[in-house]
Amino acid sequence: MLLSAVDSGWADPVRLHHEGRTARLLLDNARAVLADAVGVRPDELFLTTSGTAAIHAGLTAVTAARRRVGTAVVHSAVEHSAVLHTAGDAGVEVGVDMVGRVDLDVFGEAVRAPGVAVAALQSANHEVGTRQPIEAAAEVCGDVPLFVDAAASIGHDAVPTGWSVLTASAHKWGGPAGVGLLAVRKGTRIAPTWPMDEREDGLSPGFPDIPNTLAAAAALQTRLAEAAELNKNHHAWIDELRQRVAAGIPDVEVVGDPEDRLPHVLTFSCLYVDGEALVTALDAKGFSVSSGSACTSSTLRPSHVLAAMGVLTHGNVRISLGRTTTYDEIDRFCTVLPGIVRRIRAEVGM
Amino acid sequence: MNVDLDCRGLLCPLPVIKLAKALPTVAIGDTVTVLADDPAAATDIPAWCRMRSQDLLSADENRYVIRRVS
Repeated sequence: MLLSAVDSGWADPVRLHHEGRTARLLLDNARAVLADAVGVRPDELFLTTSGTAAIHAGLTAVTAARRRVGTAVVHSAVEHSAVLHTAGDAGVEVGVDMVGRVDLDVFGEAVRAPGVAVAALQSANHEVGTRQPIEAAAEVCGDVPLFVDAAASIGHDAVPTGWSVLTASAHKWGGPAGVGLLAVRKGTRIAPTWPMDEREDGLSPGFPDIPNTLAAAAALQTRLAEAAELNKNHHAWIDELRQRVAAGIPDVEVVGDPEDRLPHVLTFSCLYVDGEALVTALDAKGFSVSSGSACTSSTLRPSHVLAAMGVLTHGNVRISLGRTTTYDEIDRFCTVLPGIVRRIRAEVGM
Repeated sequence: MNVDLDCRGLLCPLPVIKLAKALPTVAIGDTVTVLADDPAAATDIPAWCRMRSQDLLSADENRYVIRRVS
């Protein structure tokens, strides 16, 4: 798919020559598929160079268009760092409970305060899987546009409704890196604050990557065709992991909402365990896991998501299941984990 | 009575491990004061107190006072 698109979709889609028209046709087809998957019209969907770029552009452009009303960006404390970076000093943070969900009353109160340009709330958390109440949040937002970062859930969970702007990232559903989605509902005012060109209504400047956009559309179609079965399996396997990790290891904190969550993500923290040692030991056993522990980050700060929830940040492991994950791997993980944790604890006399 | 525990310069989980080892050495009702400047301690020391059902009396800048209750 990707290789044939490199052969036929290399040209500039805004040019009128044959190759340009072919490229334009491929881009239009990919956009139609991606727009359908997120529930918008093709002319409401803009393609960016990453999910992060989609957040930077979308949130900035919506905020700028509301400057007569205000500049504040109300957001949950557990948004992706791209949202936090974009909001910057204009950000008004709304805290979350221990499973990582915002309190709608508090969120609504913050949004109704004077001077709010936009409200940002993720569809579900990328680290702990907890879903946010998007439809209800859209209602409490009233006239304030709701910006939804849906990178963690597109392809894995139903697309929420009620938002003004939604972003996603192809690599999160098994597509290539370098393709982001920025969906802007008709009627939502945007004002790009950077040099604009004729591409993507000025929201994503530069020559588009048509082969990768096609690959992203094909990957999403494939993922959605398998979604019913994959999501059911993943949900059940994460349930089993939650139970077996908690039962098999003393002093472990399994975090996030056990039910109202993404099907494929799990995070837990083991008391007295060094996160880096845990990730390295699991890697040696063939498991590629992530961690929100400070010692595993370049900044030596713990995950802002875990900190906002007030849950243990050291000894943290984040598991994401993919389409090739098997039940045997789940079972083997549950079998080897207690011994690894025991060994690391024994090294520090715990 | 209070025991001081200087964990400045140590990274998590070390401050929490030292706290876990020190608390049983004080009598029930007594306190341990932990000095810790690792940013993770700000989340992990309160989380440890919650998981272990011990009292976090105060958590000021890099200074945590924990009372042994069991």
